[in-house]
Amino acid sequence: MPQHTFILNGKAVTAEVESDVRLLWVLRDVLGVTGPKYGCGVGVCRACTSHLNGRAFTPCAVPVGELAADDEVTTIEGLPDTVGAELHPMQEAWLDLDVAQCGYCQPGQIMAAVDAVRRAREAGREVTEADLDALRNICRCGTYHRIRQAVLEGARRMG
Amino acid sequence: MARRHPARDDEQSPPTPEGPGVGRRRFLGYVLAAPTLTVAAQAGAEALAPHEAAAVVPSLPGPAELLDLNELLTAAALPTSGLITIRLDPDGTAHFALPRAEVGQGVTTSSAMLIAEELDLPLEKVRVTLADARPELLFNQLTGGSNTTFSTYTPIRVAAAVARGRLLRAASLVLGEAVSTLTTKAGTVLSPAGAVLGYGELAARAASVTGTAVTVSLKDRADFRVIGTARRRLDALDAVTGRKKFAMDLFVEGALPTMVCRAPTLNGTVRSVANAAAVRAMPGVTDVVTVSTGVAVRARTFGQCVDAVRALDVDWAPGTAEGATDATVLAELRRAELPLVVPPLPLLTKAVDARFTFHFASNGALETNCAIADVRPGSAEIWGSMKAPIVAQEQIALRLGLPVSAVKVHVTEGGGSFGRKLFHDAAHEAAEISQKLGKPVKLMWHRTDDFRQGRTHPMSTSRVRATHSLGEVLSYEQRHTSVATDFGHGIGEVLTAEAARLPVADLTFSETMFQLTQISPYHLGVTTQLLAETDKGYNTGSMRNIYSPNVRTAQELVLDELARQLGEDGYALRRRLLKEPRARAVLDKVAQLGRWGRPMAPGTAQGLAVHVEYHAYVAILMEIDCRPETTGRTVPDAYTGPRVTKAVCAVDVGLAVNPRGLQAQMMGGISDGVCLALTSGLHLRDGRFLESSWDNYFYTRQWNTPPELEIVVMPPTGDRPGGAGELAVAAAMASAACAYGRATGTMPTVFPVNHGEPLPFTPAPAVPPVPASPTDGRDRVL
Repeated sequence: MPQHTFILNGKAVTAEVESDVRLLWVLRDVLGVTGPKYGCGVGVCRACTSHLNGRAFTPCAVPVGELAADDEVTTIEGLPDTVGAELHPMQEAWLDLDVAQCGYCQPGQIMAAVDAVRRAREAGREVTEADLDALRNICRCGTYHRIRQAVLEGARRMG
Repeated sequence: MARRHPARDDEQSPPTPEGPGVGRRRFLGYVLAAPTLTVAAQAGAEALAPHEAAAVVPSLPGPAELLDLNELLTAAALPTSGLITIRLDPDGTAHFALPRAEVGQGVTTSSAMLIAEELDLPLEKVRVTLADARPELLFNQLTGGSNTTFSTYTPIRVAAAVARGRLLRAASLVLGEAVSTLTTKAGTVLSPAGAVLGYGELAARAASVTGTAVTVSLKDRADFRVIGTARRRLDALDAVTGRKKFAMDLFVEGALPTMVCRAPTLNGTVRSVANAAAVRAMPGVTDVVTVSTGVAVRARTFGQCVDAVRALDVDWAPGTAEGATDATVLAELRRAELPLVVPPLPLLTKAVDARFTFHFASNGALETNCAIADVRPGSAEIWGSMKAPIVAQEQIALRLGLPVSAVKVHVTEGGGSFGRKLFHDAAHEAAEISQKLGKPVKLMWHRTDDFRQGRTHPMSTSRVRATHSLGEVLSYEQRHTSVATDFGHGIGEVLTAEAARLPVADLTFSETMFQLTQISPYHLGVTTQLLAETDKGYNTGSMRNIYSPNVRTAQELVLDELARQLGEDGYALRRRLLKEPRARAVLDKVAQLGRWGRPMAPGTAQGLAVHVEYHAYVAILMEIDCRPETTGRTVPDAYTGPRVTKAVCAVDVGLAVNPRGLQAQMMGGISDGVCLALTSGLHLRDGRFLESSWDNYFYTRQWNTPPELEIVVMPPTGDRPGGAGELAVAAAMASAACAYGRATGTMPTVFPVNHGEPLPFTPAPAVPPVPASPTDGRDRVL
């Protein structure tokens, strides 16, 4: 069985599994990291959104064999560590605005929100209504409006 | 938080000529025999019937005697079942296993608020979990009909009040001070001398070695400090950190990922499998077995299950809707429609005649159908989010050939429901697979299966005729005709019990449900609303309500048409026809806040709708933009269409336990209503549904979300909370539809309004039934 080593939430991990298994299942079924959720398996719903080298991606669409030893995968579980705090400012905004209902999509929503803010900042601007409209993550409870408010509040707190 | 004196508890009430607690409703609760304080109340609101309880406790000389008398009611007299219990632990936390499902609607938080209120305990010290299936609770363990808070409001508070009374009594014994001098505050008992005893240290002393019945009265609404205040969800931290555990996040020894290869047409079955051995030899795969719903595969990872499902070569037998299309179902509905019976009408009577079509829609949640099953010889254990766990337990036991008591059903946190989790399709299937394999399984449906073979809200039509003369509406007739809705989850036990006392004899169960749930909030003259149903070949269920969103959308659209014919403003007409002041109040609120009638650009308009159900009232005003530059905006792999630019909602549930949670439910209902009106429907072709993914089943997305949203919770109008979970959907769908009609100048009659447009996507193949997992995730720019 092939071994795959990569950095998961700041620590090197090795998974013994076939190379074509998508990372989502390596995280959930092999490594027991269950923050990223299954919602479609084809990169549409974005419930599994995590970060690969600081960029949002869907682990359901990446074979684990494509990861290199220095690739950094961050799931919702590792997000607070990226700012050296108990909670990332985006998570705090999510709490203050009481966004979650069932909560199933929210880890992916938060990871996507952090990425949206980072990208806007890299482009030298703040998140706009158009950026909010472009968020693709599904929330079947329909919490979209609070998500919009929380992204803006989280951006403010990210400083 | 101010100190509270114990005067409201009967055992401490000063005697009065009329007896203790005069003028206050008293409720019967129990202290159960347990090593730490454990209290209980009957689960059903009716079972609390205070009259009989009070009758056995007549005017008594004093509090001590009352308590002693109560203690004479020993365990032998206690009901042995049907109790909801609160346990107070030595660490000062209160524990309550809620016999309901939490699927996002916030009932664990609101239930904790009720306990915190009556017990004078900080909210963060209340732990609410979800109870396993408890068959003795009968219909008191069904989550549906927006009924949880309505039905548990009193029992939970009674149990908490009993606990507080016992804690005061225990503190009195410890301190040697009269109970009447003691107060409670934030999880402690305080004496006038300044002694402070935490509930935790009193928990064991307050416990009882025998069961004891006591009567309590409850806090006055004026004294509420928790109920009615806006609180955050107690599970929010777990949700935003990824720690919240859903069924598929649980680790059950040996329960490996399992998926089912399903037929290309609805409910098709397996004739034979050509390559089971080859698939069994695929990487990671441990098992391949034919079951009643398809071919099950079990593997080390779900990814390998997907590959195995795709590799299977299956010969399929026909399903239950072979050859059916939207058009054939529609024709069948037309044939089944009950006739209108036009009453005798004066000369010069005019009529609005309309026929509406509501297409199949998916009630799938983001968490697909899923469950864990571990079936052993002689026993079974099931984990899953289920709103009718007793029915699940009974039906799974029947399927497995086990006694009900040998099947344990654990209710897990649910990733949404919207009607789906009234059923236990995945639990049933998982149990069958586990029994066949003799191994535990963690079964999950693929998203594509969830859309194509999962339950739907059935297709229906509404024929409406409303007549008017001299400016008045004389009659309103509505004939709703629907593909049969499956009520097999047992909600019927509750409603049929009620229905037996209503003048609806000789109706079928569905007709009864329809008559019980469909209320016209308006005076429309002679009104008849009837239901007829057609075939049962489809997997159906309710979808955040049963009939109301469609029935009421038709009615509100007809009201707009009546207003047009009468030359009257739509708001003014609604206002004068509404039956109840509370309905008028929410309507007035949104008309004022939303500036009804403000000038708007051509192609944009406002819509207005009211809905009354679950002892609650809601009005929604929406503004829509149907201009070409908006409908023509493009988002990759998406449907854009008209944009609801603003929604204003006013809601009156009588007494809102958690206004913030109530606003959340309205927000969700608005998201649902917007897409039910505009974008979200299923296309039936050749016996199968074409939609297969969230990029072609157009549930509301950010680009469809109203950028402006205001939700007003009306001041309390009553002493009890009404229902909220499903309340907003009907008004939101109707409001969006009315706005669309006014913006385009044409009353929409087909829902979603985009259903007849050329299919805006290429349907995924039916064989293999699920798509390949993508490999380009690194290259995609999200």
